[in-house]
Amino acid sequence: MNFKKILPQLLTLVVVILVFGFFSYNAQVNMENRGITFGYGFLSQESSFDVQFSLIEYDGSHSYFRAYLVGLLNTILVSVIGIIFATIIGVIVGIARLSNNYLIERTAAIYVEFFRNIPLLLQIFFWYFAALRALPLPEKAEPMFGVFFLTIKGFFIPAFVWNNLDIFIYSIIAAIIAIVFVKIYAKKKQENQGIQTPVLLISIGLLIILPLLSFLLGGVNASIEIPVIEQLSQTSFTYKGGLKLPPELISLALALSLYTATFIAECVRAGVQGVSKGQKEAAASIGLTPNQVLKLVVMPQALRIIIPPTTNQYLNLTKNSSLAAAIAYPDLVLVFAGTALMQTGRAIEIVSITMLTYLTLSITISIFMNWYNKKIAIKEK
Amino acid sequence: MFKLVKRLTSVVAMFAVLFTFTTETMAAKKSKTLKNTQKKGFVRCGVSQGLPGFSNADAAGNWTGVDVDVCRAVAAAVLGDASKVKFTPLSAKERFTALTSNEIDILSRNTTWTLSRDADIGLTFVGVNFYDGQGFMVRKNSGISSVNDFKAGVSACTNLGTTTELNMRDFFNSKGIKYEPVTFEKADEVVAAYDAGRCDTYTTDKSGLAAQRIKLSNPDDHMVLPETISKEPLGPVVRQGDSVWEDIVRWSLNTMIEAEEYGVTSANADMMKTSDNPAVKRLVGAEGELGAALGLDNEWSLRIIKQVGNYGESYKRNIADTGILPDRGPNELWTKGGILYVPPAR
Repeated sequence: MNFKKILPQLLTLVVVILVFGFFSYNAQVNMENRGITFGYGFLSQESSFDVQFSLIEYDGSHSYFRAYLVGLLNTILVSVIGIIFATIIGVIVGIARLSNNYLIERTAAIYVEFFRNIPLLLQIFFWYFAALRALPLPEKAEPMFGVFFLTIKGFFIPAFVWNNLDIFIYSIIAAIIAIVFVKIYAKKKQENQGIQTPVLLISIGLLIILPLLSFLLGGVNASIEIPVIEQLSQTSFTYKGGLKLPPELISLALALSLYTATFIAECVRAGVQGVSKGQKEAAASIGLTPNQVLKLVVMPQALRIIIPPTTNQYLNLTKNSSLAAAIAYPDLVLVFAGTALMQTGRAIEIVSITMLTYLTLSITISIFMNWYNKKIAIKEK
Repeated sequence: MFKLVKRLTSVVAMFAVLFTFTTETMAAKKSKTLKNTQKKGFVRCGVSQGLPGFSNADAAGNWTGVDVDVCRAVAAAVLGDASKVKFTPLSAKERFTALTSNEIDILSRNTTWTLSRDADIGLTFVGVNFYDGQGFMVRKNSGISSVNDFKAGVSACTNLGTTTELNMRDFFNSKGIKYEPVTFEKADEVVAAYDAGRCDTYTTDKSGLAAQRIKLSNPDDHMVLPETISKEPLGPVVRQGDSVWEDIVRWSLNTMIEAEEYGVTSANADMMKTSDNPAVKRLVGAEGELGAALGLDNEWSLRIIKQVGNYGESYKRNIADTGILPDRGPNELWTKGGILYVPPAR
């Protein structure tokens, strides 16, 4: 009986191993025949190419591995920005679609139908070249609040120059830990005495006060560096100082969030509509305000429906960010599976690393979302 | 007695094995790529996604250009018909993988010959069909008239996965200038971004700059700076390990260049059979048995010249008459002040 159970699994395992073995053997033989060597040693070699935008210090004298990190961090950056904005837009549009106001409901519906039915690559091109057409040259840019400059060469914003940055970061971590304790305390208090504590207000207060203390007592100080225009030639200009966000990043993040937000909006709508009307009516009948109905009754139940499909959208957004290569945003695919692959010719090694990296990113997101899903799921008692 | 029979059979077996080995090496002389090409009836050729003068398709899908002509020459030599070529447009990123993974048999796609490409990744460069160098394009009204006028902070648009990226770094580093590289996967996007003002300069091979300039909204507002910052010998590439095929491609290219040197053109090739010059007679297959050495018939070179023309004709048709680079510069014959010099066909 036991053996019969294991046999199909064993057979599948053998088949899988055979298939993989065949392919790797085949690759090995073919590579040998064509004089291609295999190995990951190239990762420590000098990359000798530069990248336009990087979160860590990098230039061509660093290694290919460092170039890989640059690409990976840029991919994570655009994915995080995309996920945050897609969620915000998605939730707003999703709720707008449930509005009783005809105009708001129709506008949201048109937005969803329009953006989710156009291929993403086209949208990315559209936003990028629209940005290139619409944005002014650096010398013609109108400053926003006197210090932000949105130009065709990038969005130049003031940057902080820090002293004792580490103490400032510790103060934020301390604030977060304190908030967790406040939350636990508030929950206990509610369970024991039925008294609600304004957790949100206290949290915001903590997040402001502790870092402020680090400025007053911890010796932290920051000065602001404002971008200054600089002439490159008779007709071309750029900005020096401050922080520069390349137009490629902005248009890619914009395209990704507008596209993914449509799907999230549908998830949100489905989630809210999935909570039965009786629940809302029952909540209202015991005297809860509309806000409380949404916060305490509808949302907790809707989230259970919303989270799993939204996780898929987060994963899609992360993977879709690889379309960046089309518009010169230096993400993992452009930097590592693009330039580095071309310069070294190590296709199998680099493609395998890139695939594993995306797999790891996706699994990480999905583990986190599964954890969150479990946390809000109905706990059978 | 039994022992003797056994010994005899083993000797016979040994001879049999030896014999099969010799016939196999004879067959191997007719290379695998050559055999496959003849069986398929067309040459599989990798070209660019559209670079006027080098490899460019018109609206009807007809490919023209000097890179295209190399593949046509091979088709004329091997299959007897220069039109029997299947072109595969490839991005800079895909090109080498397409060749090593057997998707194409010749890569003729303005590809720079470098040591690491030749030695490291299973490729063999067979020659040079265009001597190029990397240059910079800028706006005329910028006042930049030399690469020495670039200042720190300059942004440069270019193609992904090319030697350009490396040369650019070497160049700006040697000048001590901090620059911003903006790299796109396809040339059309590079042109569009530069045109919009995203970059101060557009850098790639000078021939490429000349060809892409036509695509800008106002070509006359832009110019190519006089300096050349690198050597870019462009030429056809084949897979490593098929030396017969390598020889066929190399000598198809060489035939075109040598034909120009001896004044043999597509128009007069047939008459040249009765030339007094033995070198010319060898070139058109009227003397010697040069084709056999490549596993081809003796008319192979004559077909190349008749169907595709010599190098000068190809250059004139594709690059000079289209207004891309009327001046041949280094791509002139060595006898006329250029550096085109090929080993003799004999």
